[in-house]
Parts: sequence; structure tokens; C-alpha cells
Amino acid sequence: MDIQLTINDISLSVPEGMSILDAARTVNIDIPTLCYLNLHEMRMNNHIASCRVCVVEVEGRRNLAPACSTPVFNGMVVKTDTLRAIQGRRTMVELLLSDHPKSCLTCAKNLDCDLQSLAADLGVRNITYEGEESEFEIDKSSLAIIRDPNKCIRCRRCETMCNDVQTVGVYSAVGRGFETVVKTAFDLPQHDTSCTFCGQCVAVCPTGALMELDQVDKVWKALNDPTRYVIVETAPAVRVALGEGFGLEPGTIVTGKMVAALRRLGFDRVFDTEFGADVTIIEEATELIHRIEHGRRLPILTSCCPAWVKFFEHQFPDLLDIPSTCKSPHEMLGVLSKSYYADTYGIDPKKITVVSIMPCIAKKYEAARPELGKDPVTPDVDIVITTRELSRMIREAGIHFDHLKEENFDHPLGESTGAAVVFGATGGVIEAALRTAYEWLTGKPLENVEFESLRGMDGIKEAVIPIGERDFRIAVTHGLGNARTILEKIQSGKSHYDAIEIMACPGGCIGGGGQPYHHGNLEILQARASAIYQEDRSKPLRKSHENPAVLKLYNEFIGEPYGEKAHQLLHTSFTQRRKI
Amino acid sequence: MYNNPLIKDPYQQLDDYIDGLPYKKENLITILHHAQELFGYLPDKVQWHIAQKLDIPSAKVYGVVSFYSFFTMKPRGQHVANVCMGTACFVRGSEKLQQEIESQLGIKTGQTTEDQLFSLDSVRCIGACGLAPVMTVDGKVHGRLDNAEDVKQALAKYRPETMREA
Repeated sequence: MDIQLTINDISLSVPEGMSILDAARTVNIDIPTLCYLNLHEMRMNNHIASCRVCVVEVEGRRNLAPACSTPVFNGMVVKTDTLRAIQGRRTMVELLLSDHPKSCLTCAKNLDCDLQSLAADLGVRNITYEGEESEFEIDKSSLAIIRDPNKCIRCRRCETMCNDVQTVGVYSAVGRGFETVVKTAFDLPQHDTSCTFCGQCVAVCPTGALMELDQVDKVWKALNDPTRYVIVETAPAVRVALGEGFGLEPGTIVTGKMVAALRRLGFDRVFDTEFGADVTIIEEATELIHRIEHGRRLPILTSCCPAWVKFFEHQFPDLLDIPSTCKSPHEMLGVLSKSYYADTYGIDPKKITVVSIMPCIAKKYEAARPELGKDPVTPDVDIVITTRELSRMIREAGIHFDHLKEENFDHPLGESTGAAVVFGATGGVIEAALRTAYEWLTGKPLENVEFESLRGMDGIKEAVIPIGERDFRIAVTHGLGNARTILEKIQSGKSHYDAIEIMACPGGCIGGGGQPYHHGNLEILQARASAIYQEDRSKPLRKSHENPAVLKLYNEFIGEPYGEKAHQLLHTSFTQRRKI
Repeated sequence: MYNNPLIKDPYQQLDDYIDGLPYKKENLITILHHAQELFGYLPDKVQWHIAQKLDIPSAKVYGVVSFYSFFTMKPRGQHVANVCMGTACFVRGSEKLQQEIESQLGIKTGQTTEDQLFSLDSVRCIGACGLAPVMTVDGKVHGRLDNAEDVKQALAKYRPETMREA
């Protein structure tokens, strides 16, 4: 039922129960917010009204009302721009700043911080409140996420994301009153919790309280060390998001410019994680067929996503035998750089440093997993930096990104197909696997390679794909909460899928925790996904098993897919972990 | 207490209690009350056990325990002394009383003596304003404690006989 109200003397009619904030937006009135975050497609709605930045005047109400959590009623009269409302907001921000470090200039979030831009927008010019300031230890225990509670404004977006969307529950508000702070259970170092390091908390943190572990200097050091042979590889999702760091429209494809920039930075070889993705498909499709032919347990679950891997190790340790044993594509590319490439070109693998540019924070943790690297080429990948860190490096080097001429990846680990590109968006890994499995199982060419039913932002997508005599029951899910739903069905024997793709981040890697901040605008994710599919269509080859460089790799070096050498280099194992 | 073979393992008792509840996750606070009764306090291990049993994140349990001052994560002494800091007691010098008890026990408010005999806390008004300033020990009220000797005598009642002279 619709009700009538006025906001700033504008009459409007909106559904009952709508918040003042949403009602105001229907008539193009913006009310500033800070803790509020509604990511509808991800089923995250943080409207706890803890910051009180969105306060407005409601006629007949004694105090100011938080617009994000106050529902409209019939006959309501709202003013958003009165002196009292404006001063109220400014006071709230002043109070927040009174207990916030004033080190913006050296903060990693500088110029990308919601609190900072809010203070600027509201014209906060001095902080009249001087009082106690919190002092907390910075948690640097993890290899992926750095947590500085001193910069926390208790908006609890991270907690809502981790609990409601990811169902991991690493964080909780702890203590009460002024001492309240968002922490881990029993103040455990983050490294010792069930944290998957997906980094979605970092993606929604409005300040610098949650950041990725900065490894830019490690990369600079390697690049400046004449004894190192530094190889870089880039994930599919990076090339459709990196441009945002240089003011380009979301969804701009910058593959060629990115390669040029990496070469300018001084990398000895610019390879493509997509080559690793094509190899992943060869291995995973073979593993699937092997499981079917040998009557082994199905469904097969994808294992490209390190946050998802850590999630099932903690939450579903009884299901460790169903994920594919394939290493993730960047790990495959890393190990192949230090073995196949080093062998072929006569380079000492001990002198090679592999740097991965990832949309992901969990990849930093993954690269440090002890099983991912065997002598003499340990670790498979040495350093992982995010899309955000790369864009900073490019700026640091003074490269005019927009003016770069497009260049191509280096041969041979830079060759890839469209199947590898689509890894970057939810549904892509299974789609790529189907393109190959179909042709291998039927011996016929697959005409339409685009599996529309597996694409898009729906949390759980299901499809039955007939291949030859057999109907393949496929599920695709992204976001760990959705993954939990599917795994619980498998545990209870209520679902009978053949293959399931799982990505920890909503939208897949394009929505990764290491991507340029979306600041709540999920249209950016959609633009990146469209760009991924556009890049796929632009490729002359769109099936992994047609990649000539991959075929050469198997002929000359690996031998049989899923064979002995493949197991040694391209497969891994999982570990049971305690749930905290 | 739980070294006594005649008493069932407190974890087992806690699990039995939780199993008997019609709603489990919804009853976290009640369960924590019960656990504190069984264990005397709520160490990380007990909180983790409850989280696993209810299939909820440990952080959530920890958040609730840390919020309510009734819950304690440190072992309590055999006797719990509380100084009333309500208005009437405060006017009649409960701050001085608190300092006196702290010095006699050799601990600060919120702490427990090394011999685990006393824990000291403060409470708001307990309604014994006529007897201000007031201390309770294990719920029993000791009033008009306005000199050091009275405090000493009140506390002595809770010391084992062998220690009273000291």
C-alpha cells in the first residue's frame, strides 16, 4: 500500500515501510550516509543506524531521526536540509573524528575513504570535541588482511558482510560503550580464526580499518634486483577493472595497456594467468571425466578460489574429497614458469620471482600455503598484489596509463582462449569446462559456446546440460552463504549435482576484495562482467583445449592430462581445519 | 568441583542442558548463565564449546559475553565481594570503603586474590541505603563499614579459621 508524505516540501507517494532515505532518493534528494550499506543483489543490508550521519527532521518528533532506518508513514513531513539537521550531521562526523587517527595523509585509504569524503562534503573544518582516544593493537597476523581497530568507526559493515553474506562470522562487536570495538573471537589473531581472507570486509569498510597486506615494496625490490628474473601474471578480472583506478569507465577493457604498463615497470616477462586457466580446464575436465568413468564421488567442486577452499576446510571438513584437486590458475602459471618455462629457456628457477596481479586478497594467503610449491621451485608464486596495488605502482612510476599503446603478452605463457577469460565472472569456470568436456565426450564441435543460464548475478544458478547420452546437472554459486546452502544440501543427500562452481566473492572474481572499491555501486560489477564476456567474444579461440601453447605444453612437458607429472605440478591437497 | 568423580563432567552437564531446550540458538544468554553456574566463569574454551554446540560463530558468543558485565571470563574467587556505589553509599564514602577493601585484599576492583579466596567488584544500589556504605559478600550484606577494623572483621568471616589471625 502506498502512503503520502512530503520531503522538503515535495509531495510524494511511496510504499509503506520504505525508509526515509529510500523515499528521498525517489525524488532525487540525497541524504548523506556512512554506516548504511544496502547491497541488495548480495542480500546485505546494513542499516543499524550506528553512525547517525543520515539524521533528518521529522515534524512532531522531538529528536532527529536516522533516515536509513526510520520508516515513512502517511502524512509524514520530513526536512532534510534544515540548519538543525545539517548541524546534527556535522556534529556526528566531528564526534567520529574526535576518536579517529588524524593521519589521513599517510593512510592507505587516503582519497578513497568514505569518512574522509563525508567530512569534506559536510564542510567539517575543525573538531571541537577533544576527548579520550581509543588505543588498540593493529592485527598484522594474517598474510592477507591488516586490521587496525583504531580506524574503526563501529559501522559494522564488515560484521554484516561476514555474517549475513559470507556466513563465516569472524567479527563481532565486543565490549560496550566507548570501549566497543569490532574484533575476532577471543581476540584471536585473524590468522588463527576461520577467516577465509575473501576480503569482502575490506571491500565494504568505509575507512582504513580493514586493508590488504601491502606488498608493493616487495615487488619494487624484486624489480630492482638485477639477479632476479621477475615474471608477472595477471588474472582475467584485473583487465576489466584496472582502468577504474585511472578514471576510466567501469567495464573498460585495458588488457593491452596493462601489459604495456607492466613492461614499463620492468618485469622481465608478462604472462597471463589465463594460460593457467586454460591448463586448469584441461586438468579439471579430465578429472571430471575420470571420476565419471571410474564411478568416483560426484559432484566435482571447482577449487580455483582460495577463500572458498579455506571455507570448506573449516566449515565442511567431511567433504574434502569432492573438490577438484587442481591448483588455482595463478599457482599453475607460477609452477609452470619455474619449471616448463625455466627448462625451455635455460633459466635457473631459483632466480625467478613470480608476481601475481589478482583481484583477490585471499590469493596473498594462498601463495603462502606450504603445499603450494615443491623444491626446487618453492613457492609457486612469490608475491601477490591486488588490482588496487598495481594501479598504485603504475602511478608511483609516473606512467600515463591512458596514453599507453596496447601491447601483447609474452609467449608462450601469455597465450589464452576466451574460455580462460570468463573465469573472471561467476559461472565462467564451469562454462569453460563445459566447452571442453562437451567436445571431448561427444567428439563433436560445440557450436554455441555461450551458456547463458550459468551467467548473471543470481546467487544460485542451476542448469541441466545434455552432453551426448548424459544430462549434466550443474550448479553455480557465488558468495559463501550461497555456497553453504548448496553444501548443506550435498551433506544431507538432498541434491545430486555433477559439477558445481563456487566463488567466494559475490559476482565472482570481478567483485573480488582486491578490486577498485565499488563504494556500494554494484552496477560497476555488472559493467565488469559484461566486459569479461565482450573480451571472450573478441578471442579467435574460445575453448581451452584449442590453445596451441597449452597443447605444446602437454606434448613437450606434462604428458598426459591428470597424469603423473600433472599431479606433481598442477594438483594439490586440502587440510581439515578447526571452526572458530 | 569438577574433579569430583561423583559429579558429572560439566561439559556433559552443559550439553544435556542445551539438548533439553526447545530453542537453542535463540537461548544463547540463558545457556551462558547456566554455563557460568557450572564452570564459575566463561573461559574461551567454554565459549567455543557453546558456539560449536549451537552451530554459531564463536565471535558472536564472545560478543555477548563481553557485553554483559554479569558474565565473567576470568575465574572468580571463592567469595565475591561487591561494594555498593549507589548514590547513598557514595555520599557516605563508598569510594573510601572500596579503597580500604582493595588495600586489605591487595587487589583492584575487578580482580581476584592470588589465593583465589576473594573477587572484588562494584554494584549499583542494592537497596540497603539505610546501612550505607555497604558491601555484600556472596549476597550477604555488611553495612556501616566506615572504618578499617569493621572491614577487616567482615572479611575475616570468610577466611578459613587457620588464616584468621594473619
